[in-house]
Amino acid sequence: MKNITKIIVAGLVGSTFLVAPVLAPVLAAQVPAGVKLAADQTFTYRVLDEHSSVDPQIVEDVSGSELVRDLFEGLLNQNAAGELVPGVAKSWEASNGNKTYTFKLRKDAKWSNGDPVVAGDFVYAWQRLANPETASPYAWFMEIMSLENASEIVAGDKKPSELGVSAPDDYTLVVNLTAPLPYFAAMTTHASTFPSPQKVVEEFGSEWTKPGNIVSNGAYVLTEHVPSERSVRERNPMYWNDGETVINKVVALVINDENIALTRYLAGELDRTEVPAGQYPSLKKEYPNQAISFPKLCSYYYSFNVSDSGPEAFKDKRVRQALSYALDRNVVTEQVLKGGQFPAYTFTPGSTANFTIPDVAYAKMSQAERDAKAKELMASAGYGAENPLKFDLLYNTSEAHKKVATVAAQMWKQKLGAEVTLANQEWKVFLEVRGKQDFDLARGGWCGDYNEASTFLDLMTTPSGYNDGKYSNAEVDQLMSDAKTASDPSANYTRVEEIMADEMPIIPVYHYTGVYMMNEAIVGSWPVKNVEQNWYSRDLYKVAQ
Amino acid sequence: MFKFILKRLGVAIPTLLILIIFSFALMKLAPGGPFTSEKPLPPQVLANIEAKYGLDQPNYKQLTNYIVGIVTKGDFGPSFRYKDRSVNDIIAQGFPITLKYGIWSFILAVLVGVTLGIIAAVKHNSWIDYTAVGFSISAQVLPNFVMAPILVIIFTLWLNLLPGGGWNGGQWQYLVMPVIALATSYMASIARITRSSMLEVLNSNFIRTAKAKGLPNRVIIFKHALKPALLPVITYLGPTFVAMITGSVVIDMYFSTGGIGQMFVNAALNRDYSVIMGITILMGVLTVLFNLMVDVLYAWIDPKIRY
Repeated sequence: MKNITKIIVAGLVGSTFLVAPVLAPVLAAQVPAGVKLAADQTFTYRVLDEHSSVDPQIVEDVSGSELVRDLFEGLLNQNAAGELVPGVAKSWEASNGNKTYTFKLRKDAKWSNGDPVVAGDFVYAWQRLANPETASPYAWFMEIMSLENASEIVAGDKKPSELGVSAPDDYTLVVNLTAPLPYFAAMTTHASTFPSPQKVVEEFGSEWTKPGNIVSNGAYVLTEHVPSERSVRERNPMYWNDGETVINKVVALVINDENIALTRYLAGELDRTEVPAGQYPSLKKEYPNQAISFPKLCSYYYSFNVSDSGPEAFKDKRVRQALSYALDRNVVTEQVLKGGQFPAYTFTPGSTANFTIPDVAYAKMSQAERDAKAKELMASAGYGAENPLKFDLLYNTSEAHKKVATVAAQMWKQKLGAEVTLANQEWKVFLEVRGKQDFDLARGGWCGDYNEASTFLDLMTTPSGYNDGKYSNAEVDQLMSDAKTASDPSANYTRVEEIMADEMPIIPVYHYTGVYMMNEAIVGSWPVKNVEQNWYSRDLYKVAQ
Repeated sequence: MFKFILKRLGVAIPTLLILIIFSFALMKLAPGGPFTSEKPLPPQVLANIEAKYGLDQPNYKQLTNYIVGIVTKGDFGPSFRYKDRSVNDIIAQGFPITLKYGIWSFILAVLVGVTLGIIAAVKHNSWIDYTAVGFSISAQVLPNFVMAPILVIIFTLWLNLLPGGGWNGGQWQYLVMPVIALATSYMASIARITRSSMLEVLNSNFIRTAKAKGLPNRVIIFKHALKPALLPVITYLGPTFVAMITGSVVIDMYFSTGGIGQMFVNAALNRDYSVIMGITILMGVLTVLFNLMVDVLYAWIDPKIRY
């Protein structure tokens, strides 16, 4: 617990991006003048898998959080560019050296049953999140928010009522922190901090989120849910900004297979679906206004197992460098994935706020130069035709991962004579095996928890619970720990990326893009600039075609 | 007969118990657990969750608590993955879907299959026979994962007549393709079994006697030949019916129906222990029940069989 908490806190403390003294204006759907809206404002989109829950304090997956952001509203929201905008809170102020936050709530916010949304609803929800009886997978979020007594409550040593949050009156929420967090307000856009209706939760118990039982304070209410088939949310007339909401009904259809989803999109049954790997160029050609690709806050990489259980060869920096150099990222992004992904030579994506990709040396070379250098390095490490490097490349079962692994193995075979065995495992087995360092080289994918470089680079520190390759470098640890208190940590991040480009504990392969087919009517209002892809249906609208 | 049924039900209880223990053990042996995730949970948080779901107790205790819960309260526990839903809830919503398209597929497969089989046998070695046999062989070699996309291409993308998937409360438009896709290969098997068994019956002595008596063909076929010819078909139908109503993963997956076939597979992938167990038990109970029904039907059809 401590480690992970520290790491995430570390990431947030150093950030400067989140301090937003003046709020951007309230957002709802901002329909430009002169735009004619479509008669049918129903938004239907595909989800890969059934959401885990729509209970704000229980939800843990992306598709569930998307629902929760529509059904409930927290203190603050994000706009299309990912900036903070007011939600239930109209304003806030920090005092006591950023250790006390006071939020002023709007008086017109209502639950879908007509009850007013009051500060006590937040107090209840936050206590509920930390309460061990709730057993929330996001209980630790109260700890990284540094709320007083959060850790003790999660551990069962103190009562939930002792949490550092209180409501002096119905429209004032006061939060007491154990550490000065300048970016605290931004954390209230996270779904797990959204209010929940105490009366309803207590009346129905774990069934309170069922349609018919559920009472919510967001722009929509849940009206239908068929597990693994669909969930439907419709306008909440009690929502304080319902007047400026345009989309009437949002339907999420569970379609496990992306090719099937694409077929149904093409048949006009969906407004949004993911584009399967490799199909973007042909779709873009055929449907130029519907196929879209935009940067996402995620990186794809291979981790070397440099722990004691890893292969001897990977303890040699030259071998790691050679393999990284010989991997032609452009082939992966342009010929395999073809979805506008960005070749990666650093771990942190360029789309990260306040981060510019540093000029690491090997990124500037041409591929031919890199290949030549890779051969040289391999030879000097003692590997060649007579003594080929042998290792397993582990990835979780998926067509796209297989394609990338296959070309990577081919390149290493052709250029370096390495004999690579591809091994795929089902997701849960893969996580278990990778987490136990029972691999040579393993696939990894990481999406930022928040929009700042440390959400990536902290993975490379020794205590990180997510550092699967067990890379350890005292200088990296120091730089990342210093970043927490630095007024401008960007120099630290640059230095860490440089060290990684030299030591090569991982092979960065590419930075993800969101690649979608999107109905022309809605694509104009989609927040493509929000790299975390925190979208709200109430900000969308469909134009008449 | 009544005693026989009681005896069989008595045997069913230890059978199901063994099924539960065996599935439970297999499930626990699989690497990873319901709360294994890419971003591992802090130990204290994980401990709270495991305590809530009883995973902090030893395996034998988890198993006995589970069985006691089912026997005393009919409670299959909460889903480990879909945290605000219970297993009873998930099955109550998913099973009717599977049941609906399963029963329709079954009816279609039996009606068309048996009819084709009879016609082929009666018109043995005529063009009708060849057409029917040809049809059933092609239906058999077209597995549902090939059939489903073909149907979607034709009816959704080309003709724009039917939705490409989903359930939407089970309106008929959403039923057509899953039913056809699921029914075809069963239909083909039923047709072939009916045909060969009908042929055998038609060549038997009592049919020759009936013909010699000058009975009309219609009476011979429907009154005398059909019943004995259906015996092997019924043997096949028992497990087939269970297989059809407990969901085809392919159909659920391809048409995103929300049926329990897909839930079963996803539960296994998610290590959603309680859902895996719940659906396994459901399938076990149905299999035992329908095998029993088949045996009872035997006795009704074949006077030689008495229990």
